[in-house]
Amino acid sequence: MSEIIKVGMADLKTCVSPDGVTTLGLGSCVGIALRDPVTKIGGLAHIMLPDSTAIRNANQNVAKFADTGIEELILQMEKLGAKRSRIVAKIAGGAAMFMANRSDVVQVGRRNVEATEAKLQELKIPILAKDTGENYGRTVTFFPETGEFHIRAVGRNETII
Amino acid sequence: MGEMSLEQVSQNYYDILKEIGNIGAGNAMTALSQMLQCKVDMKVPQVRLVPFSDVGAMMGGEEQIMVGVYLGVEGDITGSMMFLIETACAKHLINKMMMGMASEGDGFSEMELSAMKEVGNIITGAYLNSLSTLTNLKIYPSPPDLTVDMAGAILSVPAIEFGTLGDNLLLIQSQFYDEVEIDGYFILIPDLESYSKILTSLGIPME
Repeated sequence: MSEIIKVGMADLKTCVSPDGVTTLGLGSCVGIALRDPVTKIGGLAHIMLPDSTAIRNANQNVAKFADTGIEELILQMEKLGAKRSRIVAKIAGGAAMFMANRSDVVQVGRRNVEATEAKLQELKIPILAKDTGENYGRTVTFFPETGEFHIRAVGRNETII
Repeated sequence: MGEMSLEQVSQNYYDILKEIGNIGAGNAMTALSQMLQCKVDMKVPQVRLVPFSDVGAMMGGEEQIMVGVYLGVEGDITGSMMFLIETACAKHLINKMMMGMASEGDGFSEMELSAMKEVGNIITGAYLNSLSTLTNLKIYPSPPDLTVDMAGAILSVPAIEFGTLGDNLLLIQSQFYDEVEIDGYFILIPDLESYSKILTSLGIPME
C-alpha cells in the first residue's frame, strides 16, 4: 500500500515511490518538490520565508527558509540514495493572499518564489514546471513515481504540472 | 531591549496579552451586536501560542474554507491584524446584516463580500480601538482586504510575519453566539518593537 506523507507549514519530508508527499493550503509559502527520476526518491519542502541569513533569532528551523530548506531536503534525499546531479524540481505557491497596503507582506510570496528559484539555480537543479503567484491558496501532492505535481485550489479544477 | 523573541514576550506577558485580547474581543462583540441590533454573547477568549506545525489542525484543518479579513496597522505601533471566520458563520452574519437577503449555498456574491468586509472592518476597528484606549497609543487601521480561501493559505500570511520572530503564531480565539455559535479568530501581529511599546505603555517595563 502506498501512502501520502503529510508536510506541515515550515516542514519538509522525503518519500520513496510509490508513496507521495502532500502539503495542504499553501498560501504565500512555497512548496518545493524534488525528485531523482532514477531512484524515484522524492521530497517536498513547505518554506515560509526567503532567506535564513536575514533573520537573527528565529532561524533554528531549517525547513522554514528557501535556502536552508532546499539544502536540507537534498541532504535527506541523498541519505536515501538519491543522486544530487539527477535531482529536478517543481514548485508551487507564493501567492499574494491579500492586497493590503503593507507592500512587504504582499510581496513575500513573490520573494519566496524568487529565493527558491535562485537557490535551485545556484545548486544547478532544473525547474521543470511551476505554478506560482496569483492570489489563491493551493493544496499540492507530489508523486516521485511519475514526477506529477497535482495542484488543487478552491473553485478551480485540479491541474497537474 | 536587545535580543527578544516572541516566546519570551508571550511567556512573560501572556496574561496581559490575554487581557488585551479579552477586552478587544469584548469590544468587537459589542460593536457587532449594535450593528446587527441583536444580543451577541461571548465566551472568554482563549489565547494560544500555536506552533506552525499545529496551525493546520486548528480551525478544522488546512483546507477548511474560511473568510479572512486582513488589515495593516499604523501609528504609534505598526503591524497588522487578521480576523478569521468560517464561511457558514460568515454567511449567517451577512444574512443578519442584509436582513435575510443573503444567498443560499457556499458562494458569496459581490454584495455579500462587501457586507462581510464591513463586518470585518467594524469588528477589527473596535478591537484596535480598545487596544488604543488601553495603551494610550495611536493606532490607525488601514482599509481591510478580504479573501475566501483555505485556512492554511490565509493563515500563511500572519504565520510568515510571526516566522521572522519564532516558530509560533499567537492566536486569540473568541467564540460568540446569537442564535448560532460562531467561532471567530483574532490574530494581532505587532512588529516586535511594537510589542515592547504596548507593554511599556501599560506600565510594564521591559528588561
